[in-house]
Amino acid sequence: MVGITATGAYVPLFRLGKDTAGWKAPGERPVANFDEDSLTMGVAAVLDCLNGRDRTLIGGLHFATTTSPYAEKQSASLIAIACDLPQDMMAVDYAHSLRSGTVALKTALDSIKAGSARQAIVVTADTRQGAPRSNMELNSGDGAVALLVGDKDVVAQLVDSRSLTHEILDVWRVSGEAYTHTWEDRFATEEGYAKFVSLAVAELLKKNNLTVKDIAKLILSAPDPRKHRDTARALGFTPEQVQDPLFGSLGNTGCANATMLLAAALESAKPGDKLLVVNYGDGADAMLFEVTPQVEKMKQGRGLKGYLASKKLLPSYETYLSWRGIYEPDTGVRRPPQPGPSASALHREQAEVLRLQGSKCRNCGTVQYPPQRVCTRCHTKDQMDPVRLAEKKASLYTYSMDYIAGSKDVPLVISVINFDGGGRMLCSMTDRDINEVKVGMPLELSFRRLYTADGIHNYFWKAVPVRS
Amino acid sequence: MAGIRDRVAIVGMGCTKFGERWGSGVDDLLVEAATEAYEDAGIEAGEVQAAWLGTQQSGYSGQVLAKALKLEYVPITRVENFCATGADAFRNGCYAIAAGIYDVVMVAGVEKLKDVPYTGLSVVDPMGSYVSPSTPPPVQFALAATRYFHHYGLSYEQGKLALARIAVKNHRNGSLNPKAHFQKEITLEQAMSSPMIAWPLGLFDCCGVSDGSAIAIITRPEIAKRFRDDYILVKGMGVVCSARQGLLQDDYDFVHFEENVNAARIAYDEAGITDPPKQLDHSMVHDCFTITEMVTYEDMGWCPRGTAKEHVEGGFFDLEGEIAVNVDGGLKSFGHPIGASGIRMIYEVYKQLQGKAGKRQRKNPELGAIHNIGGYPGSFTAAVGIFGKRD
Repeated sequence: MVGITATGAYVPLFRLGKDTAGWKAPGERPVANFDEDSLTMGVAAVLDCLNGRDRTLIGGLHFATTTSPYAEKQSASLIAIACDLPQDMMAVDYAHSLRSGTVALKTALDSIKAGSARQAIVVTADTRQGAPRSNMELNSGDGAVALLVGDKDVVAQLVDSRSLTHEILDVWRVSGEAYTHTWEDRFATEEGYAKFVSLAVAELLKKNNLTVKDIAKLILSAPDPRKHRDTARALGFTPEQVQDPLFGSLGNTGCANATMLLAAALESAKPGDKLLVVNYGDGADAMLFEVTPQVEKMKQGRGLKGYLASKKLLPSYETYLSWRGIYEPDTGVRRPPQPGPSASALHREQAEVLRLQGSKCRNCGTVQYPPQRVCTRCHTKDQMDPVRLAEKKASLYTYSMDYIAGSKDVPLVISVINFDGGGRMLCSMTDRDINEVKVGMPLELSFRRLYTADGIHNYFWKAVPVRS
Repeated sequence: MAGIRDRVAIVGMGCTKFGERWGSGVDDLLVEAATEAYEDAGIEAGEVQAAWLGTQQSGYSGQVLAKALKLEYVPITRVENFCATGADAFRNGCYAIAAGIYDVVMVAGVEKLKDVPYTGLSVVDPMGSYVSPSTPPPVQFALAATRYFHHYGLSYEQGKLALARIAVKNHRNGSLNPKAHFQKEITLEQAMSSPMIAWPLGLFDCCGVSDGSAIAIITRPEIAKRFRDDYILVKGMGVVCSARQGLLQDDYDFVHFEENVNAARIAYDEAGITDPPKQLDHSMVHDCFTITEMVTYEDMGWCPRGTAKEHVEGGFFDLEGEIAVNVDGGLKSFGHPIGASGIRMIYEVYKQLQGKAGKRQRKNPELGAIHNIGGYPGSFTAAVGIFGKRD
């Protein structure tokens, strides 16, 4: 039996909502912080999914996004190392299509079926950027989801799937451009979305001798609430059969949308439920899953529900625009520009920087970060074991708030944190409310994009207050 | 192990006006300090047999000094040890004299900081992964302030008030010093309400960024009388470097600087000081930030741990206090041209011990100290020097 064995999600902390000054919509949408992107959100989702699970059996990491930080350079390899995954596995990036999330899922399931991997992790993430005040901005959200697939402890078995390929200019974005183009809406719907979604659903149901009534939940990705409602109705589903598309709380998360809604459905699914996942983009994917009794034993991390409930309202629309680099007011601070990092130094320090590995002295047990060759306490040389600190809890030992940092995050909270189990690190704190920062507060680590300089996105870990 | 006590004499010193010296480059600053030092020692440039130059970022190699002063074909070593650069350059010069290699050595410190387009310090790190957060000095020292307040149960207001008193004291002293960058008194209210730089440190908790230079001419005590009668003797010099223990070991407390304690112990041992607050008349300390001065009182053994606040409030460290700290105005009034600061501190002790400190003169001081540190809490280079009158 091949299928999904675990799910994890990530939704950024901050929301545009009705009390955000300048945001003119009744609902909420999550927005990635200035130091988050699809890659960092992907890391968070994978860690939520793994949630302490053994990762040595994972033979593939399939990452799908239409908002990759690099045009040429894999994101999957970076996600894999930040998530401390083994090196002897295949990492793949899927890109360019809103359908790439379900394509990644289908391909990963196929790799299990083919026996080329025992487990694989599918991670999809997007920061879908609509032009300011556009409907797309209103209806989109930022987020990520990770699905572990395999042939043991399956929670949702893949019954069958159907993929259709269709060449059309309905919604597209040219390389290097910030926003999408769309053709006339009725053309896009009639010749694209509605036509291919219904074709894929009809063909899949027919092939499996099923009718709409047999489906417990339709999980349909749609660009806006109206298109979602109209399409579900046209396919013949009752409102109770339709997974909430989460407009107004999450929004359409681009190529992560279908898989995020699937994770949402699995969080409340019952054994025997048939789930029909439908995704669109240059064609359509329809995937049929059947939920197994294992679903009741699925060990969950924070999950989509947890992340959606944990939120802070952005004070102003302006802040969001500045995080996205759309509106960058002068901060009045004059600091030297951040020079780009050294690629060779980053490579040498990869375990320390990306895996956040410290070292633990075999002689005296002192955990030290960054890793040392000579022990800081007992001076024993080269007797160190690596310790991964990224997934440990920590607490704030002392801090300061930098009002002259010139960052997008003034005041920048510089923190000295002590890890549970030993070790200390000087780092920035992000996703913080300065009124809640205090000595002793519990923290966890989050993978973030520190800055981009000289053509290098420099990723590292920051402390974040533990999300409730 | 023989210490440095009574083996080196200071026979001449010079110090520029510190400040935003738009019209002066590194050469000008060095020439200005050297002119006063030569005159004070009664020597000419040709008599300098070797020199040590402390500069953190105003040029590479000993040639910076040679070129400015036209010291021809003499050995000059450039010293860099973060913000303790000046004091460490002085220590190196002292050892050359004590070793008997030279009779006349120059120690110069200089920094030209005000040629950059932004405020604050510019420090260029070697190429690296650059993942550690960029933390200008106020941010680093604020880590100590936050923890100090927390550790001793001080509210923000209580802690800030103690720090503000230090700022007010140093600016009052600086108002009496024509060489200081800032010569204006400030009020407690101003200090308490100054714009936030790195919480909990505000503008008046921070020293300024300045240009300046200071120079000492040193020799062996046996021949010091050739230069002057009121030469000053080096009694002790302690310099220690951290191995970053404070950040690698998670039990470092951020409310004391272990490097200070160690540098002070070495200097006190050499100088034979057993009861520092009684034996020391005054001291310049490294008040890059008010919290640094507060922690240093305790590290130097001038008051018990946790009592700096009440001692500050009781006037213990005032110009008229038991041990006058930063009589010349400190970094708070002078700013901090990095390589120059340690030697500027020695300049004031030298003048105090000679009775030439003008309006700031203490009554018959016998022993004075300097304290100069570089780096940040958890990872410092610390220097402590003790100076005394000749017998």
